[in-house]
Amino acid sequence: MAELTKAIAEEKPSVKPKKKSSTSRRSTGDIVFDVINTIILIVFTVIILYPLLNMVAISFNDGTDALRGGIYLWPRAFTTKNYSTVLSKQSMPVAVRVTVLRTIIGTLSSTFVTALLAYILSRKEFLFKKQLSLLYVITMYVSGGLIPVFLVYKKLNLTHSFWVYIIPGMVSAWNMLVLRTYMNGLPDSLAESAMMDGAGHLTIFFRIILPLCMPVIATVSLFTAVYHWNSWFDVMIYNNGAKDANLTTLQFELQKLLSSVTNNSASAETMKEANNTVTPTTVRAAATVVTSLPIICLYPFLQRYFVAGLTIGGVKE
Amino acid sequence: MSKNVALAADGNAAALKAENKKSFWKQVKNQKTLILLSIPFVVYVIIFCYVPLVGWIMAFQNYKPAKGLLNSEFVGLDKFKRLFGVAPFPKNDVFLGVIRNTLAMGLINLVLGTVCAIAFAILLSEFRSRGGKKVIQTISYLPHFLSWVIVAGIVFDVLSMENGMLNKLLVGLGIVDKGVNWLAEPKYFWWIVAFTNLWKETGWNSIIYLAAITSINPDLYEAASIDGAGRLSRIWHITLPGLKPTILILLIMNVGNVLNAGFDIQYLLGNGLVQRYSQTIDIYVLKYGISQGDYSIGTAAGIFKSLVSIILIFLANRTAKAMGEEHLF
Repeated sequence: MAELTKAIAEEKPSVKPKKKSSTSRRSTGDIVFDVINTIILIVFTVIILYPLLNMVAISFNDGTDALRGGIYLWPRAFTTKNYSTVLSKQSMPVAVRVTVLRTIIGTLSSTFVTALLAYILSRKEFLFKKQLSLLYVITMYVSGGLIPVFLVYKKLNLTHSFWVYIIPGMVSAWNMLVLRTYMNGLPDSLAESAMMDGAGHLTIFFRIILPLCMPVIATVSLFTAVYHWNSWFDVMIYNNGAKDANLTTLQFELQKLLSSVTNNSASAETMKEANNTVTPTTVRAAATVVTSLPIICLYPFLQRYFVAGLTIGGVKE
Repeated sequence: MSKNVALAADGNAAALKAENKKSFWKQVKNQKTLILLSIPFVVYVIIFCYVPLVGWIMAFQNYKPAKGLLNSEFVGLDKFKRLFGVAPFPKNDVFLGVIRNTLAMGLINLVLGTVCAIAFAILLSEFRSRGGKKVIQTISYLPHFLSWVIVAGIVFDVLSMENGMLNKLLVGLGIVDKGVNWLAEPKYFWWIVAFTNLWKETGWNSIIYLAAITSINPDLYEAASIDGAGRLSRIWHITLPGLKPTILILLIMNVGNVLNAGFDIQYLLGNGLVQRYSQTIDIYVLKYGISQGDYSIGTAAGIFKSLVSIILIFLANRTAKAMGEEHLF
């Protein structure tokens, strides 16, 4: 909401003076265009923001009171009970731990390994450059499909384990292309002169190339981190057994909440917890806020890295 | 390579070959580190990406996990025939419906998604306030970073029959008398998916078009306005033609993904009532493959999907080439 009002506030001074000062230069058509354009963009922004802000308001509202509806941008009967219900759930500590661990380990390992592959493939002298690139690029278009992949993971004992989150997705062909494009843009002389001084490939990679690639590495690791934070499907497919409670993630727990609401087992739960005045809807709202909070807080600051990554990838294609 | 060919044509092919061979091993020796470093990557990609392809054999077998890939009985194309309901198998309307849903939702998403992203990028680039532009941009990217689970939850809330804001709005405006149960009506499902995708991705997808708009030569706009062209005609005659190469490349890339765009949201929003319109190939594979243990039919459906994707991307590329436009390969 604050951002929205800011947007509107910034709107006014910029539109008004122009109207006054430039009537001689700007045609009525121009002004009409600007007004309509501004209205469309504001409506668009409201459509994006309103459901999110509404979710936050509901998450702070009393459960039974929320059933009456009519909550917009501000909670009517304020309570933090929904949050305490979410945070005291038995699965919560595990889900938080696994999600954080997979995000950190997954991002670090994937970025490092993918960067190393990109380095190998960016060496112009490398004999098998073409063949190895092709081997990876093909995987962007052809995949074995859910069932063969599932069976391979099973054979490798990756199912019902934490490592299924980390190992299979470790090398990403797309990220490799982005990193390689960037590395190809660095001057050859850097690596060559280090070679002359007797530095090996690993030294060059760690000491010269990696530090120079930091902007694009930031981009790639951010994408990877968001991917890990948001995944739920691999949890459901590979780690959904009776003994896998210690491998659950935040998104998967949220998905379970969601499907319990849609399967209408919700009403029973509401009755049971009625004296606590939390309902599945309000609890889910609180869980949603908790799971998306890290991303929403961080991303305005990291936005330029995201955008930079997309443009590098775009230039490549 | 071309230099080698030219030299070979000069007549000393044999000598060159011998020399090449020698220098090849010399090069290998020189590149020991690079080659050693690349070995784990070769092993990795083979295990995780190419070994699963061997599993495609299952689609041609009556695969039994107990018997394994080697001892299961081969049945030729029977599984594919069963999928498509070709004689002697009974008609399989379910799978044909699944193909229809996947294609329909994929195409709606592709067309609406592209049009809206372009429109948004153009409107934003025409927006005069710099600060406001930045704020709108930041807000518009936000949903891209939310997981599908969260987005599905938001859709449930917005469309809810009792308190959903859409029903409230429609009732308030007098368009409907009482709330519609949107997610229980099969005819709305495709459009709900389409609008959800628009909500989540329009801002994000517009980034690349915005970048393309910035790279259009500003002199063109100036010349056009001197000639008396208004804003709309400048957009029509300069911005859109300037965006054409970008639009085509992205269309080609996305056409190959038309069948890939169908899992998360359909799975999360779908329910028994709308199943006939919500089930996509991926959900079908999941249902028959993993949940019911029929690995063969699930794999066959998966192969069908991969083949169609590859054909689509080649067709799109060929069309672009024939039209004399930019193409991928």
